[in-house]
Amino acid sequence: MSRAALLVLADGRFPAGGHAHSGGAEAAVKAGRITGAADLEEYCRGRLHTAGLVAGAFAAAAVLGADVRELDAAADARTPSAALRGAARRLGRQLLRAARAAWPSAELDALAREFPKGAHQPVVLGVVARAAGLSAVDAAYCAAYESVSGPATAVVRLLSLDPFEATGVLARLAAEVDLVVDRAVEAAREAVEEAGVDALPAASAPLSEIGAEWHAGWAVRLFAS
Amino acid sequence: MHLDHDHHHGPVALSADAHRPDGSRRALRIGLGGPVGSGKTATVAALCRALRTELSLAVVTNDIYTREDAEFLLREAVLPPERITAVETGACPHTAIRDDISANLEAVEDLEDEAGPLDLILVESGGDNLTATFSKGLVDAQIFVIDVAGGDDIPRKGGPGVTTADLLVVNKTDLAPYVGSDLARMAADAKAQRAELPVVFQSLRSGTGVADVAAWVRERLAAWTA
Repeated sequence: MSRAALLVLADGRFPAGGHAHSGGAEAAVKAGRITGAADLEEYCRGRLHTAGLVAGAFAAAAVLGADVRELDAAADARTPSAALRGAARRLGRQLLRAARAAWPSAELDALAREFPKGAHQPVVLGVVARAAGLSAVDAAYCAAYESVSGPATAVVRLLSLDPFEATGVLARLAAEVDLVVDRAVEAAREAVEEAGVDALPAASAPLSEIGAEWHAGWAVRLFAS
Repeated sequence: MHLDHDHHHGPVALSADAHRPDGSRRALRIGLGGPVGSGKTATVAALCRALRTELSLAVVTNDIYTREDAEFLLREAVLPPERITAVETGACPHTAIRDDISANLEAVEDLEDEAGPLDLILVESGGDNLTATFSKGLVDAQIFVIDVAGGDDIPRKGGPGVTTADLLVVNKTDLAPYVGSDLARMAADAKAQRAELPVVFQSLRSGTGVADVAAWVRERLAAWTA
């Protein structure tokens, strides 16, 4: 399998539904917590070390062969907001559809059969990465990077932020993405080899969960979550 | 139900597969696109009223940033609520109907699972620009709706929607005298852009053209189920 498969999977234009989600940025913008590039960087940093770390560890654990049902239940337990659980499952289902076309495999078909309404997106991402011949590290990179690239592109639309500034934010966070991926993969190895899925990271940001519930009740919004 | 002997055993469909997992033929999917305010939702409502007694149908809306279109259809009670689904597009309907159709595919499949069996699903795009067209992976045919008040030079300007849509609807013809639009010129320009592809001039206020659009849909459905 080709390493370039990672570029296909991580491409922002991969048709898996991400374009309609802001990674919590829409609620943060409306609450006045993101007003420009500096706030966006801090927001993304917080998200990287919480949602990004957890998603990276779950994706890596799925690549390493952790039980998908257990992982999905453990992801539920780490997501207090019903709106976010719903969004994670919808995105998981959309990702699986795109991946089954891109990397047809019996394992992906079985996952679609087992979770007709979708499993948590990071769990699906791990199974997909494996089907694409990618490693646990690759899957964790996809998950960690998505946790910051989603809000950054959403804020370009929400605030008409200069897209060069938003991209600069992502470039400045790159070294931290490396660190989070290292931690996520190490945690996934420990969980799969001995400690079990309960030992996977559970870093959370309560304001994100609260913001997601608030956002889900709006009559007018640009993004689905 | 059109049972087919060529059963597919995949868990769920990928994109435009003509059959559902149980081997039955899925509903025909027709997309409706066009600029903001041209009358797409009103056309969907008129189609539902014209066809709902003879066909089992459902609607997917793709709003830009609200659920207005879905709520309009609910308010007008053209279909029961379980037959109308709103897809959120992240402010980009053209992405959701063309570049990343995954959310729309889920919506049409869920409608067939939960409100089916269905003969026809209308997928309405939020108002967008003249280049917005539906992916062939999502719909089987598409209608592009423009209106006379948006400028009678739109057919001449062309663009993928006007030029390639399977049916072009020129709406609000009753307004033509008030906005100075020349219907004959619009018809000639549309003919030049579209050759043999059909055009319907419609006025929902007077009811003109609605029967022609419904008849075109019936023809597509007859071809789909043949």
